[in-house]
Amino acid sequence: MEKTILSIPSHLVVIGGSAGSLHVMLSMVAQLKSNANVSIVFIMHRKAAADDLLTPLLQSRTKWPVIEISDKDPLLVQTVYVAPADYHVLIEKDFTFSLDVSEKIHFCRPAIDITFESAADLFRHSATGILLSGANADGVEGLIYLKDRGGICMVQDPETAEVPYMPKQAIEKVAIDRVIHPDEIATYINSLI
Amino acid sequence: MYSRKFDIKDEEIFQLLRDISDWYGYDFTEYSKASMKRRILRLINLDNFANFNSFRNRIKLDEVYFLRFVEEITVNVTEMFRDPKFFRSLREDVLPNIAHHSFIKIWHAGCATGEEVYSMAILLHEAGLLEKSLLYATDLNAQVLETVSKGIYPLRHMKLYSENYINSGGKFDFSNYYTANYDNVKFSKFLVQRLVTSTHNLVSDGSFNEFQLILCRNVLIYFEKQLQDRAIRLFDASLEVGGYLALGSKEALKYVDVYKRYQHVGKEKIWKKLS
Repeated sequence: MEKTILSIPSHLVVIGGSAGSLHVMLSMVAQLKSNANVSIVFIMHRKAAADDLLTPLLQSRTKWPVIEISDKDPLLVQTVYVAPADYHVLIEKDFTFSLDVSEKIHFCRPAIDITFESAADLFRHSATGILLSGANADGVEGLIYLKDRGGICMVQDPETAEVPYMPKQAIEKVAIDRVIHPDEIATYINSLI
Repeated sequence: MYSRKFDIKDEEIFQLLRDISDWYGYDFTEYSKASMKRRILRLINLDNFANFNSFRNRIKLDEVYFLRFVEEITVNVTEMFRDPKFFRSLREDVLPNIAHHSFIKIWHAGCATGEEVYSMAILLHEAGLLEKSLLYATDLNAQVLETVSKGIYPLRHMKLYSENYINSGGKFDFSNYYTANYDNVKFSKFLVQRLVTSTHNLVSDGSFNEFQLILCRNVLIYFEKQLQDRAIRLFDASLEVGGYLALGSKEALKYVDVYKRYQHVGKEKIWKKLS
Protein backbone atom coordinates (compact mmCIF):
# COMPACT_ATOMS: atom_id res chain seq x y z
CA MET A 1 0.00 0.00 0.00
CA GLU A 2 1.27 3.43 -0.88
CA LYS A 3 1.93 5.64 2.08
CA THR A 4 0.92 9.28 2.07
CA ILE A 5 4.03 11.41 2.06
CA LEU A 6 3.84 13.71 5.03
CA SER A 7 5.62 17.00 4.83
CA ILE A 8 5.97 20.42 6.35
CA PRO A 9 3.40 22.95 5.15
CA SER A 10 4.61 25.96 3.17
CA HIS A 11 2.08 28.17 4.91
CA LEU A 12 0.82 28.31 8.47
CA VAL A 13 -2.49 29.80 9.55
CA VAL A 14 -2.86 30.47 13.27
CA ILE A 15 -6.42 31.14 14.37
CA GLY A 16 -7.13 32.63 17.76
CA GLY A 17 -10.57 32.64 19.27
CA SER A 18 -12.40 33.14 22.49
CA ALA A 19 -16.10 33.45 23.30
CA GLY A 20 -18.19 32.90 20.16
CA SER A 21 -15.42 31.43 18.02
CA LEU A 22 -16.31 27.74 18.17
CA HIS A 23 -19.13 27.69 15.61
CA VAL A 24 -16.98 29.71 13.21
CA MET A 25 -14.29 27.03 13.44
CA LEU A 26 -16.76 24.16 13.17
CA SER A 27 -18.23 25.37 9.90
CA MET A 28 -14.81 26.40 8.58
CA VAL A 29 -13.07 23.03 9.04
CA ALA A 30 -15.92 21.29 7.25
CA GLN A 31 -14.97 23.13 4.05
CA LEU A 32 -11.23 22.38 4.01
CA LYS A 33 -9.96 20.84 0.79
CA SER A 34 -7.19 18.39 0.21
CA ASN A 35 -4.93 20.34 -2.14
CA ALA A 36 -4.00 23.14 0.25
CA ASN A 37 -0.32 23.33 1.27
CA VAL A 38 -1.06 24.64 4.71
CA SER A 39 -1.66 23.72 8.31
CA ILE A 40 -3.83 25.35 10.92
CA VAL A 41 -3.11 25.94 14.58
CA PHE A 42 -6.20 26.82 16.61
CA ILE A 43 -5.73 28.60 19.92
CA MET A 44 -8.98 28.76 21.82
CA HIS A 45 -9.43 30.17 25.29
CA ARG A 46 -11.24 27.71 27.48
CA LYS A 47 -11.36 26.41 31.00
CA ALA A 48 -8.36 24.33 32.00
CA ALA A 49 -10.19 21.69 33.97
CA ALA A 50 -12.97 21.04 31.47
CA ASP A 51 -13.11 17.62 29.87
CA ASP A 52 -11.81 18.60 26.53
CA LEU A 53 -14.21 17.80 23.73
CA LEU A 54 -12.89 20.47 21.38
CA THR A 55 -10.62 18.17 19.38
CA PRO A 56 -13.15 15.34 18.79
CA LEU A 57 -15.82 17.91 18.00
CA LEU A 58 -13.68 19.53 15.29
CA GLN A 59 -12.61 16.11 14.03
CA SER A 60 -16.24 15.10 13.54
CA ARG A 61 -16.60 17.92 10.97
CA THR A 62 -13.53 17.50 8.79
CA LYS A 63 -11.45 15.02 6.82
CA TRP A 64 -8.22 16.71 7.88
CA PRO A 65 -6.69 15.12 10.96
CA VAL A 66 -7.35 17.20 14.07
CA ILE A 67 -4.66 16.80 16.70
CA GLU A 68 -4.45 18.17 20.20
CA ILE A 69 -0.80 19.15 20.45
CA SER A 70 1.58 17.13 22.61
CA ASP A 71 5.19 17.97 23.37
CA LYS A 72 7.49 17.55 20.31
CA ASP A 73 4.72 16.69 17.86
CA PRO A 74 5.87 17.42 14.30
CA LEU A 75 4.10 20.14 12.29
CA LEU A 76 2.67 18.39 9.23
CA VAL A 77 0.72 19.64 6.24
CA GLN A 78 -3.11 19.59 6.03
CA THR A 79 -3.62 19.14 9.71
CA VAL A 80 -5.61 21.11 12.24
CA TYR A 81 -3.65 21.47 15.48
CA VAL A 82 -5.45 22.42 18.66
CA ALA A 83 -3.67 24.07 21.58
CA PRO A 84 -4.24 22.00 24.72
CA ALA A 85 -6.00 23.75 27.59
CA ASP A 86 -3.58 25.30 30.08
CA TYR A 87 -0.48 25.22 27.82
CA HIS A 88 1.08 27.89 25.63
CA VAL A 89 2.09 26.64 22.19
CA LEU A 90 5.34 27.50 20.38
CA ILE A 91 6.92 26.17 17.20
CA GLU A 92 10.60 25.30 17.01
CA LYS A 93 13.00 25.70 14.09
CA ASP A 94 12.85 21.96 13.37
CA PHE A 95 9.08 22.29 12.84
CA THR A 96 8.09 20.57 16.04
CA PHE A 97 5.80 22.02 18.65
CA SER A 98 6.93 22.90 22.12
CA LEU A 99 4.63 23.56 25.05
CA ASP A 100 5.04 25.96 27.90
CA VAL A 101 3.15 26.36 31.18
CA SER A 102 4.62 29.76 32.05
CA GLU A 103 2.61 32.73 33.33
CA LYS A 104 -0.78 33.45 31.81
CA ILE A 105 -0.94 36.38 29.39
CA HIS A 106 -4.06 38.55 29.57
CA PHE A 107 -5.28 35.89 32.01
CA CYS A 108 -4.98 33.31 29.25
CA ARG A 109 -3.14 30.03 28.81
CA PRO A 110 -2.99 29.16 25.96
CA ALA A 111 -2.31 32.74 24.87
CA ILE A 112 -2.95 33.63 21.23
CA ASP A 113 -0.15 36.24 21.32
CA ILE A 114 2.52 33.63 21.96
CA THR A 115 1.63 31.40 19.03
CA PHE A 116 1.18 34.35 16.64
CA GLU A 117 4.70 35.47 17.57
CA SER A 118 6.21 32.03 17.29
CA ALA A 119 4.56 31.45 13.89
CA ALA A 120 5.88 34.83 12.74
CA ASP A 121 9.44 33.94 13.79
CA LEU A 122 9.37 30.73 11.80
CA PHE A 123 7.11 31.39 8.81
CA ARG A 124 7.51 35.18 8.37
CA HIS A 125 5.51 36.22 5.27
CA SER A 126 4.07 32.70 4.99
CA ALA A 127 2.28 33.05 8.31
CA THR A 128 -1.29 34.23 8.64
CA GLY A 129 -2.88 35.21 11.93
CA ILE A 130 -6.68 35.33 12.15
CA LEU A 131 -8.41 36.69 15.22
CA LEU A 132 -12.00 35.57 15.76
CA SER A 133 -14.79 36.56 18.11
CA GLY A 134 -13.90 37.13 21.75
CA ALA A 135 -13.99 39.42 24.75
CA ASN A 136 -10.28 39.36 25.55
CA ALA A 137 -7.29 41.60 24.85
CA ASP A 138 -5.18 38.60 23.84
CA GLY A 139 -4.04 38.38 20.23
CA VAL A 140 -3.53 42.04 19.36
CA GLU A 141 0.14 42.24 20.38
CA GLY A 142 0.77 39.01 18.52
CA LEU A 143 -0.78 40.40 15.36
CA ILE A 144 1.41 43.51 15.61
CA TYR A 145 4.48 41.28 15.91
CA LEU A 146 3.33 39.15 12.99
CA LYS A 147 2.71 42.24 10.86
CA ASP A 148 6.21 43.56 11.66
CA ARG A 149 7.69 40.35 10.32
CA GLY A 150 5.80 40.31 7.06
CA GLY A 151 2.95 38.03 8.06
CA ILE A 152 -0.68 38.45 7.01
CA CYS A 153 -3.15 39.75 9.59
CA MET A 154 -6.86 39.08 9.45
CA VAL A 155 -9.79 39.49 11.78
CA GLN A 156 -13.30 38.16 11.70
CA ASP A 157 -15.70 40.88 10.53
CA PRO A 158 -16.88 42.33 13.88
CA GLU A 159 -20.38 42.64 12.39
CA THR A 160 -20.52 38.85 12.25
CA ALA A 161 -18.85 38.20 15.61
CA GLU A 162 -20.89 37.10 18.60
CA VAL A 163 -18.47 39.06 20.79
CA PRO A 164 -16.84 41.73 18.60
CA TYR A 165 -14.39 43.13 21.20
CA MET A 166 -11.35 41.11 20.13
CA PRO A 167 -11.53 41.79 16.36
CA LYS A 168 -12.47 45.43 17.02
CA GLN A 169 -9.41 45.93 19.22
CA ALA A 170 -7.22 44.47 16.51
CA ILE A 171 -8.70 46.74 13.82
CA GLU A 172 -8.00 49.77 16.01
CA LYS A 173 -4.40 48.85 16.76
CA VAL A 174 -3.04 46.86 13.81
CA ALA A 175 -2.90 47.53 10.09
CA ILE A 176 -5.17 44.59 9.29
CA ASP A 177 -4.75 43.11 5.82
CA ARG A 178 -8.25 41.75 5.58
CA VAL A 179 -11.47 41.87 7.56
CA ILE A 180 -12.88 38.51 6.71
CA HIS A 181 -16.39 37.06 6.74
CA PRO A 182 -16.50 33.69 8.57
CA ASP A 183 -17.73 31.95 5.40
CA GLU A 184 -14.65 33.09 3.51
CA ILE A 185 -12.00 31.78 5.91
CA ALA A 186 -12.06 28.26 4.45
CA THR A 187 -11.97 29.66 0.90
CA TYR A 188 -8.89 31.67 1.85
CA ILE A 189 -7.15 28.68 3.43
CA ASN A 190 -8.00 26.44 0.46
CA SER A 191 -6.38 29.01 -1.82
CA LEU A 192 -2.97 28.52 -0.15
CA ILE A 193 -1.60 25.89 -2.50
CA MET B 1 4.63 43.85 25.21
CA TYR B 2 8.24 42.70 25.44
CA SER B 3 8.37 41.41 21.94
CA ARG B 4 8.31 44.70 20.06
CA LYS B 5 11.07 46.56 21.82
CA PHE B 6 13.77 44.83 19.89
CA ASP B 7 14.49 41.53 18.33
CA ILE B 8 17.36 39.26 19.18
CA LYS B 9 18.93 36.81 16.82
CA ASP B 10 18.88 33.11 17.60
CA GLU B 11 22.68 33.05 17.35
CA GLU B 12 22.93 35.73 20.03
CA ILE B 13 20.81 33.65 22.37
CA PHE B 14 22.78 30.51 21.69
CA GLN B 15 26.07 32.33 22.27
CA LEU B 16 24.78 33.71 25.56
CA LEU B 17 23.72 30.24 26.71
CA ARG B 18 27.15 28.85 25.82
CA ASP B 19 28.84 31.69 27.70
CA ILE B 20 26.65 31.13 30.75
CA SER B 21 27.68 27.48 30.70
CA ASP B 22 31.35 28.62 30.76
CA TRP B 23 30.87 31.35 33.35
CA TYR B 24 28.61 29.56 35.80
CA GLY B 25 28.40 25.88 34.85
CA TYR B 26 24.65 26.01 34.18
CA ASP B 27 24.01 24.56 30.74
CA PHE B 28 20.81 25.76 29.06
CA THR B 29 22.03 25.13 25.50
CA GLU B 30 19.73 22.15 25.02
CA TYR B 31 16.61 23.89 26.25
CA SER B 32 13.84 24.42 23.67
CA LYS B 33 14.83 27.54 21.78
CA ALA B 34 11.47 29.16 21.07
CA SER B 35 10.52 29.03 24.71
CA MET B 36 14.00 30.18 25.80
CA LYS B 37 13.87 33.18 23.48
CA ARG B 38 10.54 34.21 24.97
CA ARG B 39 11.80 33.89 28.52
CA ILE B 40 14.89 35.95 27.74
CA LEU B 41 12.96 38.71 25.95
CA ARG B 42 10.52 38.79 28.83
CA LEU B 43 13.33 39.23 31.36
CA ILE B 44 15.10 41.89 29.30
CA ASN B 45 11.88 43.85 29.21
CA LEU B 46 10.98 43.21 32.84
CA ASP B 47 14.34 44.55 34.01
CA ASN B 48 14.45 47.40 31.51
CA PHE B 49 17.69 46.65 29.72
CA ALA B 50 18.41 49.06 26.87
CA ASN B 51 19.89 46.37 24.68
CA PHE B 52 20.97 42.76 24.58
CA ASN B 53 24.63 43.56 25.33
CA SER B 54 23.90 45.32 28.61
CA PHE B 55 21.78 42.34 29.62
CA ARG B 56 24.61 39.98 28.70
CA ASN B 57 27.19 42.01 30.61
CA ARG B 58 25.06 42.17 33.72
CA ILE B 59 24.79 38.38 33.75
CA LYS B 60 28.51 38.05 33.23
CA LEU B 61 29.59 40.49 35.94
CA ASP B 62 26.88 40.16 38.56
CA GLU B 63 26.55 36.76 40.14
CA VAL B 64 23.49 37.77 42.12
CA TYR B 65 21.79 38.89 38.93
CA PHE B 66 22.67 35.55 37.39
CA LEU B 67 20.64 33.84 40.14
CA ARG B 68 17.73 36.04 39.18
CA PHE B 69 18.28 34.99 35.57
CA VAL B 70 18.04 31.31 36.53
CA GLU B 71 14.92 31.90 38.55
CA GLU B 72 13.16 33.87 35.82
CA ILE B 73 14.32 31.81 32.84
CA THR B 74 13.10 28.55 34.31
CA VAL B 75 9.34 28.26 34.59
CA ASN B 76 8.20 27.83 38.17
CA VAL B 77 4.47 27.89 37.59
CA THR B 78 2.78 25.02 39.40
CA GLU B 79 -0.27 24.29 41.53
CA MET B 80 -1.52 21.71 44.01
CA PHE B 81 -3.28 18.69 42.55
CA ARG B 82 -2.83 20.12 39.04
CA ASP B 83 -4.78 17.74 36.73
CA PRO B 84 -6.88 16.18 39.52
CA LYS B 85 -7.41 13.04 37.42
CA PHE B 86 -3.69 12.44 37.49
CA PHE B 87 -3.63 12.52 41.28
CA ARG B 88 -6.67 10.27 41.39
CA SER B 89 -4.72 7.79 39.29
CA LEU B 90 -1.79 7.99 41.73
CA ARG B 91 -4.20 7.15 44.56
CA GLU B 92 -5.80 4.26 42.73
CA ASP B 93 -3.22 2.82 40.36
CA VAL B 94 0.14 3.52 41.98
CA LEU B 95 0.03 3.83 45.78
CA PRO B 96 -1.63 0.43 46.40
CA ASN B 97 1.17 -1.18 44.38
CA ILE B 98 4.05 0.41 46.27
CA ALA B 99 2.39 0.18 49.70
CA HIS B 100 4.11 -3.11 50.57
CA HIS B 101 7.58 -1.52 50.73
CA SER B 102 8.91 -1.03 54.23
CA PHE B 103 10.32 2.30 53.13
CA ILE B 104 8.96 4.33 50.21
CA LYS B 105 11.17 6.80 48.38
CA ILE B 106 9.68 9.26 45.95
CA TRP B 107 11.54 11.78 43.78
CA HIS B 108 9.99 15.01 42.51
CA ALA B 109 12.46 16.14 39.83
CA GLY B 110 12.18 19.81 38.89
CA CYS B 111 9.69 20.41 41.70
CA ALA B 112 9.72 24.25 41.44
CA THR B 113 7.98 25.69 44.50
CA GLY B 114 6.81 22.26 45.59
CA GLU B 115 3.02 22.39 45.38
CA GLU B 116 2.96 18.90 43.88
CA VAL B 117 5.26 17.58 46.59
CA TYR B 118 2.75 18.63 49.24
CA SER B 119 -0.06 17.16 47.15
CA MET B 120 1.84 13.87 47.12
CA ALA B 121 2.48 14.01 50.87
CA ILE B 122 -1.26 14.44 51.43
CA LEU B 123 -2.02 11.42 49.20
CA LEU B 124 0.50 9.33 51.14
CA HIS B 125 -0.99 10.46 54.43
CA GLU B 126 -4.49 9.51 53.33
CA ALA B 127 -3.22 6.11 52.17
CA GLY B 128 -1.60 5.58 55.58
CA LEU B 129 1.88 5.52 54.02
CA LEU B 130 3.35 8.89 54.87
CA GLU B 131 5.18 7.79 58.01
CA LYS B 132 7.25 5.29 56.09
CA SER B 133 7.80 7.57 53.10
CA LEU B 134 10.41 10.14 52.17
CA LEU B 135 9.84 12.69 49.41
CA TYR B 136 12.93 14.03 47.68
CA ALA B 137 12.21 17.42 46.13
CA THR B 138 14.87 18.69 43.74
CA ASP B 139 15.24 21.64 41.41
CA LEU B 140 18.19 23.38 39.78
CA ASN B 141 17.05 26.61 41.38
CA ALA B 142 18.00 26.88 45.08
CA GLN B 143 15.67 29.82 45.58
CA VAL B 144 12.47 27.87 44.98
CA LEU B 145 13.58 25.07 47.28
CA GLU B 146 13.40 27.48 50.21
CA THR B 147 9.68 27.77 49.57
CA VAL B 148 9.40 23.98 49.53
CA SER B 149 11.13 23.61 52.91
CA LYS B 150 9.01 26.33 54.50
CA GLY B 151 5.71 25.01 53.19
CA ILE B 152 4.23 28.51 53.07
CA TYR B 153 1.92 29.44 50.18
CA PRO B 154 -0.51 32.25 49.34
CA LEU B 155 -3.96 31.85 50.88
CA ARG B 156 -5.66 33.11 47.72
CA HIS B 157 -4.85 29.87 45.86
CA MET B 158 -6.45 27.58 48.43
CA LYS B 159 -9.94 27.71 46.93
CA LEU B 160 -8.66 26.29 43.64
CA TYR B 161 -6.41 23.79 45.40
CA SER B 162 -9.28 22.63 47.59
CA GLU B 163 -11.43 22.03 44.47
CA ASN B 164 -8.57 20.17 42.81
CA TYR B 165 -8.11 18.11 45.97
CA ILE B 166 -11.75 17.06 46.01
CA ASN B 167 -11.64 16.23 42.28
CA SER B 168 -8.59 14.07 42.91
CA GLY B 169 -10.66 11.92 45.26
CA GLY B 170 -9.87 13.76 48.49
CA LYS B 171 -12.52 13.10 51.11
CA PHE B 172 -11.47 15.32 53.96
CA ASP B 173 -11.52 19.02 54.66
CA PHE B 174 -8.53 20.33 52.73
CA SER B 175 -8.08 23.21 55.19
CA ASN B 176 -7.16 20.67 57.89
CA TYR B 177 -3.76 20.37 56.26
CA TYR B 178 -2.68 23.96 56.87
CA THR B 179 -3.03 26.89 59.20
CA ALA B 180 -3.87 30.26 57.71
CA ASN B 181 -2.12 33.39 58.83
CA TYR B 182 -3.04 36.68 57.13
CA ASP B 183 -2.39 36.18 53.41
CA ASN B 184 -0.51 32.90 53.70
CA VAL B 185 -1.00 29.35 54.79
CA LYS B 186 1.55 27.06 56.34
CA PHE B 187 1.29 23.33 55.73
CA SER B 188 1.29 21.05 58.76
CA LYS B 189 4.53 19.90 60.27
CA PHE B 190 3.78 16.20 59.77
CA LEU B 191 3.80 16.84 56.00
CA VAL B 192 6.88 19.06 55.95
CA GLN B 193 8.84 16.54 58.04
CA ARG B 194 8.73 13.92 55.29
CA LEU B 195 10.36 16.21 52.70
CA VAL B 196 14.03 16.43 51.76
CA THR B 197 15.12 19.21 49.41
CA SER B 198 18.27 19.46 47.36
CA THR B 199 19.49 21.22 44.23
CA HIS B 200 19.81 18.87 41.30
CA ASN B 201 20.32 19.74 37.65
CA LEU B 202 18.86 17.26 35.16
CA VAL B 203 21.34 18.53 32.56
CA SER B 204 24.49 17.68 34.48
CA ASP B 205 23.82 15.76 37.70
CA GLY B 206 23.53 11.99 38.04
CA SER B 207 21.45 9.45 39.86
CA PHE B 208 21.55 9.75 43.67
CA ASN B 209 19.19 7.05 44.96
CA GLU B 210 16.73 4.37 43.92
CA PHE B 211 13.05 5.21 44.02
CA GLN B 212 9.66 3.55 43.86
CA LEU B 213 8.12 6.57 42.16
CA ILE B 214 9.60 9.46 40.18
CA LEU B 215 7.51 12.47 39.17
CA CYS B 216 8.74 14.99 36.65
CA ARG B 217 5.81 16.95 35.32
CA ASN B 218 6.03 19.77 32.80
CA VAL B 219 9.80 19.96 33.00
CA LEU B 220 10.78 17.93 29.93
CA ILE B 221 8.66 20.20 27.70
CA TYR B 222 11.44 22.79 28.04
CA PHE B 223 14.12 20.37 26.84
CA GLU B 224 15.18 19.49 23.33
CA LYS B 225 14.98 15.81 22.39
CA GLN B 226 18.56 14.90 23.25
CA LEU B 227 18.29 16.39 26.71
CA GLN B 228 14.92 14.72 27.23
CA ASP B 229 16.65 11.47 26.42
CA ARG B 230 19.29 12.12 29.03
CA ALA B 231 16.73 12.94 31.69
CA ILE B 232 14.63 9.85 30.94
CA ARG B 233 17.74 7.65 31.10
CA LEU B 234 18.59 9.21 34.44
CA PHE B 235 15.10 8.45 35.73
CA ASP B 236 15.39 4.92 34.41
CA ALA B 237 18.66 4.46 36.29
CA SER B 238 17.06 5.84 39.46
CA LEU B 239 13.93 3.72 39.39
CA GLU B 240 13.70 0.21 40.82
CA VAL B 241 12.08 -2.51 38.72
CA GLY B 242 8.36 -2.31 39.44
CA GLY B 243 8.66 1.39 40.16
CA TYR B 244 6.64 4.14 38.45
CA LEU B 245 7.49 7.17 36.34
CA ALA B 246 4.99 10.02 36.04
CA LEU B 247 5.20 12.85 33.46
CA GLY B 248 3.09 15.89 32.54
CA SER B 249 -0.21 15.49 30.72
CA LYS B 250 1.25 16.41 27.30
CA GLU B 251 4.57 14.61 27.70
CA ALA B 252 5.33 11.09 26.50
CA LEU B 253 7.95 8.39 26.63
CA LYS B 254 7.30 7.55 22.99
CA TYR B 255 10.31 9.40 21.60
CA VAL B 256 12.78 7.65 23.88
CA ASP B 257 13.90 4.02 23.43
CA VAL B 258 13.58 2.98 27.11
CA TYR B 259 9.80 2.98 26.68
CA LYS B 260 9.94 -0.65 25.54
CA ARG B 261 10.70 -1.69 29.11
CA TYR B 262 7.81 0.33 30.48
CA GLN B 263 4.12 -0.37 30.67
CA HIS B 264 1.54 2.40 30.53
CA VAL B 265 -0.66 2.41 33.64
CA GLY B 266 -4.20 3.82 33.83
CA LYS B 267 -5.27 6.75 31.64
CA GLU B 268 -2.73 9.33 32.76
CA LYS B 269 0.94 9.77 31.88
CA ILE B 270 2.19 7.09 34.28
CA TRP B 271 4.43 4.16 33.35
CA LYS B 272 5.61 1.12 35.30
CA LYS B 273 9.18 -0.12 34.87
CA LEU B 274 9.00 -3.79 33.90
CA SER B 275 12.68 -4.69 33.68
